[in-house]
Amino acid sequence: MMNVLPLIQTALELGLIGSLTVLALFLSYSMLNVCDLSTDGCFTLGASVGAVVAISGHPYLSIIAAMLAGVMSGFITAFLQTKMGVDSLLAGIIMNTALYSVNIAIMGGSSLLNMNKVETVFTKMQALLGKGAPEIYKLIIAVIAVAAVAAFLYIFLKTRIGLAIRATGNNPDMVRSSSINPAMTTIVGLCVANAFTGLSGCLLAQSQKSVNIDIGSGMVTIALASLLIGGTFIRSRRMGLRIAGTVIGAFLFRLVYTIALRFNMPAYMLKLVSSVIVIIAISGPYLKSRAPELAKRLEKRRC
Amino acid sequence: MLKINDISKTFNPGTVNEKTALSHLSLTVNDGDFISIIGSNGAGKSTLFNAIAGTFLVDEGSIELAGEDITFVAEHVRARTIGRLFQDPQKGTAPDMSIEENLALAAGSGGWLSRISKKEKAALRERVALLNMGLEDRMESPVGLLSGGQRQALTLLMATINPPKLLLLDEHTAALDPATSAKVTELTEKIVSENSLTCLVITHNMQAALTQGNRTLMMEGGNIIFDISGSERENMTVDDLLDKFRTRSGHVLDNDRMLLSDS
Repeated sequence: MMNVLPLIQTALELGLIGSLTVLALFLSYSMLNVCDLSTDGCFTLGASVGAVVAISGHPYLSIIAAMLAGVMSGFITAFLQTKMGVDSLLAGIIMNTALYSVNIAIMGGSSLLNMNKVETVFTKMQALLGKGAPEIYKLIIAVIAVAAVAAFLYIFLKTRIGLAIRATGNNPDMVRSSSINPAMTTIVGLCVANAFTGLSGCLLAQSQKSVNIDIGSGMVTIALASLLIGGTFIRSRRMGLRIAGTVIGAFLFRLVYTIALRFNMPAYMLKLVSSVIVIIAISGPYLKSRAPELAKRLEKRRC
Repeated sequence: MLKINDISKTFNPGTVNEKTALSHLSLTVNDGDFISIIGSNGAGKSTLFNAIAGTFLVDEGSIELAGEDITFVAEHVRARTIGRLFQDPQKGTAPDMSIEENLALAAGSGGWLSRISKKEKAALRERVALLNMGLEDRMESPVGLLSGGQRQALTLLMATINPPKLLLLDEHTAALDPATSAKVTELTEKIVSENSLTCLVITHNMQAALTQGNRTLMMEGGNIIFDISGSERENMTVDDLLDKFRTRSGHVLDNDRMLLSDS
């Protein structure tokens, strides 16, 4: 029993910090219907910008800087696909590649930054709790961040711009006939989503006190897996529940992963597992809908 | 009201698929006109609507709406003054969003960060009740669950919730069953007359083209081949209309749906 609690706590911390990226994808993928493949690069961007600003002695500003960097990255990705005629998947891939150079440049030409003695929001919280307090400062920061982002998203999606973003993913023709420019809604949506991704990267880096250039690699698949897991558990149409489901999905994914590690699954399997989950979650419903047809074909072949 | 001056549009110019969809077309629509447009398949009826709504820019000529030159104005900006319905009931609404959310977006009141207020909810509900379809009790249901007729009625409401200067109806009842179609037509006439909207309707129903509204246009080969109104129109029968088409265009009308329709 003693072993289980820290396990759950780790899963909660990592799950919650990662769920910020999942919430970003909830906005871009589920609402706006854009698969934003720049997520990996943007996650690393948030991590490196956050680290550099924190190292320069501004722990609070680092959070804001990471989010603003995310906004800028999202803006360029959206601009490429709405105004420059670049296909939306390709725009994400190109951004990802470009961000690799940008991120190393931000980290001063190095692919690794250490924050061991650096003051971050986590060390601030640790100091606030004082010595002897339980080791929950990471959890507190993660909970605050997720609660703030989830609440923001909940309110945002009910505003006029939020409705317009949802409609853009649903039926762009209808958006145009409501006198709203779908290019504008796509840009706003991706800016907001990538701010969350940047925040997510920043917090992960600061919680583990280091950034390396690969910190975001595979993030988009891991986040998609979490998003789809959340979607299967909560099938409600209510926005609040869907947002909660997204966070729960991220936690469950981490929990399963953490347990698997305990059973000696090598850590490098994470990305394979998340890919398989995404494949199952996306092709499952498709194959299910094709099943009657396939069954008929098999029957025919047998005769 | 609407002044279309010598517009032309050619798709895929310089290729084997080159098609002149509109050719030096001019049309003046007066305030309060309700015009029915008929024509063969590919005569350019929908293309004319696309040109007016701004789906593409015309190659030459100009379009003026209520004294303002809109030739180069973007589609979503024109949408503020032009309402449009398509044949496909799926086209005008966002299926995963509720009736209320669809209407609120179309109404577009308040700033970008404003939410739908209680007062606005009540007002929207009242508007929906006017449709007489019981939808006012399903304001929170996703639009995707509604029937084609209900969706089309809702789209009509959305297009006219801020009365547009011009309403374009592109066979908006053609995909509906006869009873629903009649109901949506009736609703259209009611909304148009209540708001004294200026309206262009593409139809395949020749009888309706002669009785509905105050003017009838026939299109062929990307142009208007005749434009009748007043007593000439009142005294015209469907057979006269077909005759007139033959003499003007030199061949027989070939809109299958038009010839098959029973009224």
